[in-house]
Amino acid sequence: MATTPSEMTDDVGEATPLLEVSNLVMDFGGLRALDAATLKVGQGTITGLIGPNGAGKTTLFNVVAGYHEPRAGRVYLDGEDITGLPPHRIFARGLCRTFQIPREHASMSVLENLMLVPRGQAGERFFANLLRPGLVREQEAAHRQHAEEVLAFLDLSHLAHEYARNLSGGQKKLLELARTLMADPKLVLLDEPGAGVNPTLMGRLKENIERLNRERGITFLIIEHDMDLVMSLCDPVIVMSEGRYLMEGPPEAVRRDARVLEAYLGGQYAAAEG
Amino acid sequence: MSQLIFLKGLMLGIALACILPILLPPGVRWRVPGGIVLGLAAGLGIAASVPSGYLSYFIGFMTMASLYAILSLGLNTQWGYTGHLNFGVAGFFAVGAFTSALFTIEAPTGLAAQYTQVLFGLQMPFLVGVLAAGVVSGLVAFVVAVPVLRLRLDFLAIATIGVAEIIRLIFQNERWLANGPQPLRGIPQPGRCLFESRHCEWLPESLAWLIEPLGTRDYTAFYLMIVAAFLALIYVVLERTCRSPWGRMLRAVRDEESSAAMNGKNVTFARVQAFVVGAVVMGIAGALYAHYTVAIDYSHFHALFGTFLVWIMLMLGGSGNHRGAILGAILVWGVWAGTAFLANALEPLLALIHEDLPGRAQYIRWLLVSLLLAAVVLFRPQGLLPEEMRVSNHLRGNGH
Repeated sequence: MATTPSEMTDDVGEATPLLEVSNLVMDFGGLRALDAATLKVGQGTITGLIGPNGAGKTTLFNVVAGYHEPRAGRVYLDGEDITGLPPHRIFARGLCRTFQIPREHASMSVLENLMLVPRGQAGERFFANLLRPGLVREQEAAHRQHAEEVLAFLDLSHLAHEYARNLSGGQKKLLELARTLMADPKLVLLDEPGAGVNPTLMGRLKENIERLNRERGITFLIIEHDMDLVMSLCDPVIVMSEGRYLMEGPPEAVRRDARVLEAYLGGQYAAAEG
Repeated sequence: MSQLIFLKGLMLGIALACILPILLPPGVRWRVPGGIVLGLAAGLGIAASVPSGYLSYFIGFMTMASLYAILSLGLNTQWGYTGHLNFGVAGFFAVGAFTSALFTIEAPTGLAAQYTQVLFGLQMPFLVGVLAAGVVSGLVAFVVAVPVLRLRLDFLAIATIGVAEIIRLIFQNERWLANGPQPLRGIPQPGRCLFESRHCEWLPESLAWLIEPLGTRDYTAFYLMIVAAFLALIYVVLERTCRSPWGRMLRAVRDEESSAAMNGKNVTFARVQAFVVGAVVMGIAGALYAHYTVAIDYSHFHALFGTFLVWIMLMLGGSGNHRGAILGAILVWGVWAGTAFLANALEPLLALIHEDLPGRAQYIRWLLVSLLLAAVVLFRPQGLLPEEMRVSNHLRGNGH
């Protein structure tokens, strides 16, 4: 039987959860990708989200970020119901997500990929460009400076004027992270930040996530298959299986949990080890 | 130089002075003043040295090229920036043309009303007609956008070509609207009075001698000036708005919708905006066309002329680049006009093959223009003036 998050009082702490997902159901045709998934992400944590392939992790991200409207269930961000809002509204409330396979704006420079992100740009209104060019210019200068700072922070400054499409896979992952920094979010959903990234870059990615968490208080929810990364970066770790919440706890506890082994490896192995 | 030639040269020069600064490369210093001086000099020079027959041909050529350049600019906002595969350019062109016509003509009365039926004729000034054309075309685009923009790429192309055909068939069949299958005639031309009685009400008597030598045949140069001014104005507006965070948002949506949404952009709204802005520009082109030809009917708005020629212009010039859109329009219209002479020249040869062929010689032009499109797509898909990496003009300089 799955443990419900409310029973897990010792790990996350009693602070109000930043993200709360309750009884989320999502179907794709006959396939039930999320089956009453319920979980909480504590404020200020770097929470890992693991589970075997097909456990519904990415679907959960998609529903939370507003790409799919769930069949049932609610999503709360900072206590507010955001279920069914379109992605740009959810973004405006401080939630940012990245994609498993980076989706950069290929035909633009890295710099402008970042300058795209900030909220409330006057220049995004057609007429403001004609009627208030001074304001637009001012904002552009400010956003450019911000973008350059973010690039410096992630050690990407040398790529500012490169087409985003020319970046390597790992650099694109960093660019995804950089995008989230431009938004100044409360919560960042990272979908497999480590996949396809070489160990050096991976180390930097991890360092950056920790630093952002520490210095800016950004909460992370991270889907990751690289167990070393999960174990060293995330606490707590939530395990999903077959569209449901399975359990959560500190990495060591999760690693040893029989239910997790069973979910990953199938019943007989867990039984054999037990 | 006689006064007549000077006046014609001046009008042509002003028109060229509107277009040339756009076409000069943006890096060039003194681009705008240089282009204006060059344009004026070229206009006067051409008028002084070219026989008047060729001069009128050149003026007509430039007028149509400029009209197509405006259409091409409209399509560039939709396709170049946002990736809307709009194959319904002709529809918005038609809406603009008929709207401006209805706003400016005089509704026929008495016996004439039996021959020419119109929904209304408001006798408004030319500029009001052009404005109304843009507004109505934009409204039509907005109404169409709601269902149609749920589609992407080829599906959108099929839907928009359908919309354009519906619009054309409405103007063909609905007599009460704009005289149905019969041409709608008598569309007024702005400033025409200068060339007719030489007594426009607003023209002071003391200045009448200035334009004394001008006859009605010289009006085309004046109208070219108007079209070129609109082209320059629309270019400046689009360059301001597209080379900005607005254009960056559109390009982001074009490149990767889901990511744009995750960056907080309202994708649907952005797509609708680009579609409407493009349609407004196409509607204005339609209005300028209507007042140029004086009489319009549904047959002017076939997809071949109204849509596909525009596509070839934008593809050749460079999708995503406003200067490219204008250059492409002028070049392709040049090819189109040039092949007319070629087709005529080939007629005797074709007659040797079969007696029916000379009558069909004009179709060779479509063959050649299609080959041009195929060549562009195969050998230079980015066009002559490719899209620049930098979107926002606010980032000019500093290595970007």
